[in-house]
Amino acid sequence: MIVTHELRYRYPGGALLTFPDIEVPQGGVLLLRGRSGVGKSTWLALAAGLRSPSAGELAVAGQSLVALTPVQRDAWRARHIGFLPQQLHLSEALTVAGNLGLAYFAAGLPEDRAAIHAALDALGVAELAGRKPAQLSGGQAQRVALARAVLMRPQVILADEPTASLDDEAAQDALALLQATAQQAGATLVVATHDARVRQALPAALVLDLDAQNGALPSSKGRR
Amino acid sequence: MKTIALSWRYLASRPLAAGLNLLLLALGLAAITFVLLTRAQIDRAFERDLAGIDAVVGAKGSPMQLILAGVFHLDVPPGNIPLKAVQALAQDARVAKLIPLSLGDSVQGFRIVGTTADYLSHYGAQLAQGRAWQAPMEVVLGAQMAQATGLQVGQAFAGAHGLGGGGAAHAAHPYRVAGVLAPCGCVLDRLVLTATESVWQVHEVAHGQGDAHDEAHEDEQREITLALIQYRSPLAAVTFPRFVNSTTQLQAAAPALEITRLLRMVGVGADVLRAFGAVLLLTAALSVFIALWNAVRERRADLALLRMLGASPARLAGLLLCEALWLAVLASVLGLAAGHGLTGLLGFLLQAEQSLPLTGWLWLGVEAWVPVLALGVAVLAALLPALSAYRVEAGQLLDSR
Repeated sequence: MIVTHELRYRYPGGALLTFPDIEVPQGGVLLLRGRSGVGKSTWLALAAGLRSPSAGELAVAGQSLVALTPVQRDAWRARHIGFLPQQLHLSEALTVAGNLGLAYFAAGLPEDRAAIHAALDALGVAELAGRKPAQLSGGQAQRVALARAVLMRPQVILADEPTASLDDEAAQDALALLQATAQQAGATLVVATHDARVRQALPAALVLDLDAQNGALPSSKGRR
Repeated sequence: MKTIALSWRYLASRPLAAGLNLLLLALGLAAITFVLLTRAQIDRAFERDLAGIDAVVGAKGSPMQLILAGVFHLDVPPGNIPLKAVQALAQDARVAKLIPLSLGDSVQGFRIVGTTADYLSHYGAQLAQGRAWQAPMEVVLGAQMAQATGLQVGQAFAGAHGLGGGGAAHAAHPYRVAGVLAPCGCVLDRLVLTATESVWQVHEVAHGQGDAHDEAHEDEQREITLALIQYRSPLAAVTFPRFVNSTTQLQAAAPALEITRLLRMVGVGADVLRAFGAVLLLTAALSVFIALWNAVRERRADLALLRMLGASPARLAGLLLCEALWLAVLASVLGLAAGHGLTGLLGFLLQAEQSLPLTGWLWLGVEAWVPVLALGVAVLAALLPALSAYRVEAGQLLDSR
């Protein structure tokens, strides 16, 4: 579950983002909406423990992130957060199985090949384990990235613009797969998007609309 | 997945760049290993052959030539000296031991040295087969010489005039092999040793002097090539050479002095090679740095993803360092192997010339520094890229649109 209360984040440059309070139950779906630059990425970064809130409360998967040091947040993230980036970022240096193995490397755990096979199998791409990402179709690559996101059985899955650059049919399929996978894993799903199609595909989702709260920031680049 | 395994996979994904960096690093290490091995073996060979020899007395000329010819048998001697003069020196109170050497002939490129049994005992030579010579024209073969020529106890052979081989054969005066020495790792290994009288007998007959003079007159006329001298006291080093050089027609050379001079000259070559190795290592360091720097740039998204998956900054830096360490470890193995191989090859070539004994099978304690050097170079080259990896932020994945 995710709970925020008077969550704020101030950029080193001085701009302040204020986020509405939200409570997402475990296994629920949160739709994070807003224009580009309105603070969706920052909210995701806060929820993933990549940044520290400037003020307010933020608890994810039962853990108050405000109380953790950066090193503790890294370790916590490895165990509890699954991440599906907009660009899938499958490493060309590694096979599909090797890309999933990165999750174990990041968590500092020994690689569990059976678990990797099971995760790929659950998404119907087990036969691709030995291939390089360049040999995959777009849909296959997305399934592999999703398998990587759920491999460690995270309590929260963060998906960043999962339908960007997809046509309607592919977007529908991607969202259905994402939701089904999250449900199967019992994970809370957070989808950050400015794509209106997502709202239609996830009618039961809670919505956190950041447009109403913050004006668009000048640029999303270079802010840390 | 362990850091060591992942770094290997990343390294293997760029085989050309990794191979070139490996080659550069290994070449630098091989050059340094080669210098270490050859220098140590030359030093050891000199020390072994020079042990217990305080002065070499021979004909006037270049002192270094005299040392190289008399102690190491690497050069031609400056000339001969009268036996009588040498006998007088042997009576000098400052001289504890005097070993006469007569050179002039060779067999298949190996020098025949006329001397006394003192020469064998000086180097502690042991017989592997047969016995020492007991009469003129009997010889004892050095181990390397016997192995190279296949000569065995009981066989006869004729010496050829001159030290380089290819001279006219003294077919009328064959030598007979009485014994073969065990390897001593010293200059005796590549010599044919016989009584001084053998050399006189071959040459006096060859030059038509053998039957016309009485014994006393022969002694008056007889010559040897040089004499190795051991002092009774270290103080003699101050007065004896000066005495010989100023009061006789002979020359006394101090091996320690000449070899220091020689090593200084050889040292310039070694320094050049060492500097070459250092330049190669520096180039390798730069190349590794560029490769890793580019790897961080190319893999920035991968690294950011790893951060997003929970990898700590230190873990990412460790990943880069581990790639550099892989290169260092592989380059150390290759560099050491190549350095030893090169030394062995040089030893093989020099063996054909009966020159300095070099082997690639020697392992020196100082070689332990070669991997340390490789690790140092690799870590130094990886520091900035590792720092860059350390600073990669996962947030950039979220800001990519």
